[in-house]
Amino acid sequence: MSAEAVGLTLYFVQIATLGAIYAVIALGLNVNWGFSGLMNAGIAGFVAIGAYTSAILTAPNGAGQLGAFGWPLWAAWLAAMGAAGVLALVMGTITVNLRSDYLAIATLGIAEILRLIVRNEDWLTGGPLGVTPLARPFESYGNPWAPVLFLLLLLAIVAVVYWLAERAIRSPWGRVQRALRENEAAAAAMGKDVRNFRLQSFVLGATFMGLGGAMLAHFSKYMSPDVVDPLTTTFLVWVMLIAGGSGNNRGAIIGAFLIWGIWAATDFLTAYLPSDVATRAAYLRLFLIGLALQIILIRRPEGLIGERPPRPADGR
Amino acid sequence: MIEVRNLVKRFGGFTAVDGCSLTVETGSLTGLIGPNGAGKTTLFNTIAGTYRPDGGQVLLDGADVGGMPPHVLFRRGLVRTFQIPHEFSRMTVTENLCVPVPGQSGENLFAAWFGWGRIAREEAAIRKRALEVLEFLNLSHVADHQAGRLSGGQKKLVEIGRAIMSGAKTILLDEPAAGVNRALLGTLTEDIRRLHRQGYTFLLIEHDMDMIAALCDPIYVMAEGKVLAQGTMAEIRADARVREAYLGHGMSADGATGGAARAGRA
Ligand SMILES: Nc1ncnc2c1ncn2[C@@H]1O[C@H](COP(=O)(O)OP(=O)(O)OP(=O)(O)O)[C@@H](O)[C@H]1O
Ligand SMILES: [Mg+2]
Repeated sequence: MSAEAVGLTLYFVQIATLGAIYAVIALGLNVNWGFSGLMNAGIAGFVAIGAYTSAILTAPNGAGQLGAFGWPLWAAWLAAMGAAGVLALVMGTITVNLRSDYLAIATLGIAEILRLIVRNEDWLTGGPLGVTPLARPFESYGNPWAPVLFLLLLLAIVAVVYWLAERAIRSPWGRVQRALRENEAAAAAMGKDVRNFRLQSFVLGATFMGLGGAMLAHFSKYMSPDVVDPLTTTFLVWVMLIAGGSGNNRGAIIGAFLIWGIWAATDFLTAYLPSDVATRAAYLRLFLIGLALQIILIRRPEGLIGERPPRPADGR
Repeated sequence: MIEVRNLVKRFGGFTAVDGCSLTVETGSLTGLIGPNGAGKTTLFNTIAGTYRPDGGQVLLDGADVGGMPPHVLFRRGLVRTFQIPHEFSRMTVTENLCVPVPGQSGENLFAAWFGWGRIAREEAAIRKRALEVLEFLNLSHVADHQAGRLSGGQKKLVEIGRAIMSGAKTILLDEPAAGVNRALLGTLTEDIRRLHRQGYTFLLIEHDMDMIAALCDPIYVMAEGKVLAQGTMAEIRADARVREAYLGHGMSADGATGGAARAGRA
């Protein structure tokens, strides 16, 4: 392969890798919002806690932050899921019974508090400098194999998370979640402990988001407050889910790859813009994504592939 | 058996249920009537745990259950339907009926992931039962429709279907006949009678006097938050206070007799 072909391949591999990371996070939001109607606006918070947990547990004794625990990657990723889940459990115990708009404000606020903690508690997170360097698996294989193998690993994880989410929604558990999303009073009258079920959904979704965060940290090879931008993370993931089809796990995955592809492509285009316009490109990108969301909401409110009644469990 | 003692429910300064006492004997088909705004639905909501009582007691089989949340009362064998249909709109009619089935192991997330075989077996049984109930309610042809797209009357039938699927032995029905067409009304009356004979206990709110006359004994009359009278249909009809409460609401002796006659033919 020519150097150019390799470069182009690596570029697409990188986009696909981030697409896979966002797919896991979007599946998490689908559990919250698509299944249960929980308006989680604090995605960035759960992503960040997963990312930092894995970063701190695996990093060598780095730049002033806590470190040198030397955990293997798989254990750190499980811990990242656990940390996000515990955060959701604590948060959810207080907020999960709130009406959805209040839940959105509460989750948004808590994510913002987390961001401030991350930025200021240098002993734990390295402050603005972050935790570095982080290991990315398969690095020793060199280019182009290392990024390709990493992508394959992440795709396998997407498949596992998809399977977990799909089983969940097709089971009676998922049926209860959808029922309480549709009508809380009726679900309660049908014997369902609404608060408990909501909390389970909140925690499960957060767990996926935490895993996505851990994947993101090791893709970036360092973890600093800038890696998880609340705007792009929370906003983009919502756009991904709405575009792909809320309530549909496949929709969440397709939306993640699609919207990330568009996002990356607009970045590519700005390289060709005159420099005075290019400085404003960041706003232009957000504007374009917002526009795309508007068009989808007007033309296809249910997303590319909307919710379908799940195949019955007895149908295999 | 449900015993309600001096139950009070206030909304701000307004007392919607004002010291109500009534008894629903096990195996009875007790009626609850009264003019619009009498507080019947509020009484239901307070018995079923949607509202916390502001005073008085609710006893279910002798145990004080006042203030317990609805899902706990459900586990104690009490289920209610809603006056305004509370269907799960973006779910199929069959799915609506599957939700209330108690003791589903698939409601545990870990079972959903690792015990699929067992869930599949349970689901097959639940769906079979749901289809039988839909057949019973004349809803088979809409089994796979979204519940939100049904007509008002069909939604009421879904409400009743869910109550049947719940396995609860005490059923509170809030105006099951409202919006259901005349032809179906006879069937519905018959269905409730049949379920009653199978051992279910009912408390039935209804404005349709034909249905009340055909089914209920005893009947309680509520007005302005209080129980005004109780007794058989004949006793209620003879009560001057009841007639006064209903003034101009079609509770004339003539209308009621005609209603009873129609119900007799149904
Ligand atoms: N959530 C609430 N907040 C404030 N007032 C309420 C509330 N629910 C009911 N009320 C009031 O309580 C009174 C009784 O209402 P309720 O719904 O119990 O009447 P009802 O007997 O069921 O009437 P209908 O036969 O029309 O259904 C009404 O005056 C109503 O306005
Ligand atoms: Mg009412």
